[in-house]
Amino acid sequence: MGNGHSHLLFRHGDSLVHRLPAHAKVLALLGFVLIVVATPRERVGAFAGYAVLLAAVAAVARIPAGFIVRRMVVEIPFVAFAVLMPVVSGGVRVDVLGVSLSQDGLLSGWNLLAKGTLGVVASILLAATTDARALLMGLQRLRLPARLVEIAAFMVRYVEVVAAEMHRMRVARESRAFHARHLGHLRAVAQSAGALFVRTYERGERVHLAMLSRGYAGAMPVIDARPTRLAPPVLAAALPVAALAVAWAGAVWL
Amino acid sequence: MHVPDGFLDVPTSLATAAVAATAVGVALRKARDELDERTAPLAGLTAAFVFAVQMLNFPVGVGTSGHLMGGALAAALVGPWTAVLCVSVVLMVQALLFADGGLTALGTNVTLIAVVTATVGWFVIKAVLAVLPRRPASVVPACAVGALVSVPAAALVFVMLFAIGGNANLSLGTLTATMLGWHVLIGIGEAVITALTVSAVVAVRPDLVYAAHGLRPALKLQDADGILVDVPARRETVATRDSRGLVVGGGIAALVLAGVVSFYASASPDGLEYVAGENGFLETARDHLLGDFALAGYGEVGGIPVGVAGVLGVVLTVGIGWPVFRAVSRRSQRSDTRAQSR
Amino acid sequence: MAVNPSIDVRGLAYAYPDGHQALYGIDLVVGRGERVALLGPNGAGKTTLVLHLNGVLTPGAGDVRIGGLDVRRHDRDSLREVRRRVGIVFQDPDDQLFMPTVRDDVAFGPANLGLRGPELDARVDAALRAVGMTDVADRPPHHLSFGQRRRVAVATVLAMEPEVLVLDEPTSNLDPASRRELAEVLESLDVTLLVVTHDLPYALELCDRSIVLSGGTIVADGGTADVLADAAMLREHRLELPYGFDPRSVAGRRTGYGGARSPSSTAGRCR
Repeated sequence: MGNGHSHLLFRHGDSLVHRLPAHAKVLALLGFVLIVVATPRERVGAFAGYAVLLAAVAAVARIPAGFIVRRMVVEIPFVAFAVLMPVVSGGVRVDVLGVSLSQDGLLSGWNLLAKGTLGVVASILLAATTDARALLMGLQRLRLPARLVEIAAFMVRYVEVVAAEMHRMRVARESRAFHARHLGHLRAVAQSAGALFVRTYERGERVHLAMLSRGYAGAMPVIDARPTRLAPPVLAAALPVAALAVAWAGAVWL
Repeated sequence: MHVPDGFLDVPTSLATAAVAATAVGVALRKARDELDERTAPLAGLTAAFVFAVQMLNFPVGVGTSGHLMGGALAAALVGPWTAVLCVSVVLMVQALLFADGGLTALGTNVTLIAVVTATVGWFVIKAVLAVLPRRPASVVPACAVGALVSVPAAALVFVMLFAIGGNANLSLGTLTATMLGWHVLIGIGEAVITALTVSAVVAVRPDLVYAAHGLRPALKLQDADGILVDVPARRETVATRDSRGLVVGGGIAALVLAGVVSFYASASPDGLEYVAGENGFLETARDHLLGDFALAGYGEVGGIPVGVAGVLGVVLTVGIGWPVFRAVSRRSQRSDTRAQSR
Repeated sequence: MAVNPSIDVRGLAYAYPDGHQALYGIDLVVGRGERVALLGPNGAGKTTLVLHLNGVLTPGAGDVRIGGLDVRRHDRDSLREVRRRVGIVFQDPDDQLFMPTVRDDVAFGPANLGLRGPELDARVDAALRAVGMTDVADRPPHHLSFGQRRRVAVATVLAMEPEVLVLDEPTSNLDPASRRELAEVLESLDVTLLVVTHDLPYALELCDRSIVLSGGTIVADGGTADVLADAAMLREHRLELPYGFDPRSVAGRRTGYGGARSPSSTAGRCR
């Protein structure tokens, strides 16, 4: 579960990757990960190739490895799953360091680990090089329903406001130094959650009021995107195309 | 848990993406009916709320904790359609801006965490409300049960998806038992938090709890002659009346999964058969009463492939379950109107 | 005078849907260019009154006209025009800055009025310049300080070129420096100003006329210094001057605008 991070991953920069339009990056990411997921788990060399490609993208975007590794901590839940697979899977068993493990399970675990990790790194690279506004514009470009993008826009805008309110409530709760058992703790947390919902919903009503007061009549006005030195979108295709090449090479030489 | 890339293979991921897209499309239209032109800010703020409360965790067993999924809670507060919409937006933004959950797994995550929890939670809430006294306080236990059921339901769907598109030789029985056990525990925590949260909102602003609509006695105003007049209750969209889209979409999805994706299901013996074969008691298994029936086995029997069996299974389940559900909810609708006109 | 008053309210009465009556027959005329403070205890109905000015609330009884235009007309064009003429800056800037960047927020209003392209950009730049927030134009609102957000909220409304600018508690939660910066911005604007506030010195600084609203009716209407000097009236309506503040000893606001004025005391106004 990766929750608990309400701080966006975006890092300012002026690299080629930063300047690619968001819709192209999303499509490229999608293509790349689809290729990775479709690759048979036995082609270990191909996965190494994919990792090299991602490292290249990170280098071009000037995203430090430490940043990526720190953010990969969201992977922890499924790493546990991957590690358990060799233990609980069926089929032929092999001896590894004195422990009897399922051969198929080892491959499944590797499959999950490799594909999941590559997916996370690719997602991190996208998030780190694309700011929220650009992404929303990109989603609009990709023909996502306008209403959905609007809702996402409001959500992104107010996520930190709501999270900050929740934090303030937690501080207030803990300042009252109550020594509650688990159930009592949950009750206080839930009371805060209830109060937070009421406050948040009422804020939504006030936002609507402010929109009305500035002439909102049901449809969001189209505000032109400001293209600031955008790189040609076709360059984003380099990633999935390279991945295809790696996949093909893996098929030929393995 | 947000499913990462690679958990399910490409065809399954694409199929769940189709299911998710259909559900979100329907939810968009239905939510608009509910919130009209206030949809964007209200749904957006609610989505921000869902994002925030998903950070709440509670102890599950020794040393581990679970996180709130929030689907049932959202459905209780803003109705099933808006809930599906809000949680889907949360998942989409998490995948794209926070690198939480794989992009190719977005369809899966939306299906499990947004669609299944919100809709199952909602149906259970309505079912429980139908048998409880018509009071705002009844919404609290109803939400508890709804939340409790919604989590293992999502776990079951996950196991089903994993059986179809997972890349592992895992005993389905063991997996189901483990996932169910674990998620029932999480469901308990979810139920407690959901019930307490809804109870806190009902105490302050009962009009903001969608599940409590129709449970309050009608507002009465005194007119000029001192006669009490009813204020017409706020228009509410009963889930059953407007769920045609969801039923159609869900039905199509189920058919696609059963009829097409099942082809990719593993042909190797499942856990129980394997263990039975190993220990030599496979031969002692007696055929099920309907075993001679053409579709009894899940594999190819008499030339009828698993896909057809799956499709027919879906049709039967829906065909029998749907009228039962309608009968139950029509009864609750009638008592709704009776309460309002009192 | 031939020019319509900016705000012309006659006999305004209003009750909320739950039956609670908030306004009991308000008469209020504010001329073009006037600067008026709306004072009163919490729950007096100040915000309710303000929400009638741009047609968000509809009077139960009475008339509300903005520059001659009747706000009861619910056709889309009239409503849009009323909302252009009256710009309300609400108390919480986070409620009003709901777009991804400052520029988007300031552009929202004029875009709803139909402006596009270079004309829209020019309007946005002018509004940001008027509040001194040009260099934060491309930042998201939550990266700004509270005072900056307040000023940007003013800009979002200014971009619609309103005739009347209404501010609801503009100094709440502002540090003294931001408070002064805001006062400078407001002083420089050529609009009719209505400031709802608890900050009595601010009212004296900015507005030469004050109206006290209490329990849904107007209980005082006159020159700010006179109103603030009436200690008994202030006490009766839960208003209090800050410790050591003597309105009589402070120079009143410099007036500089002509235009129609409703009859009010001119004492306390200095040039």
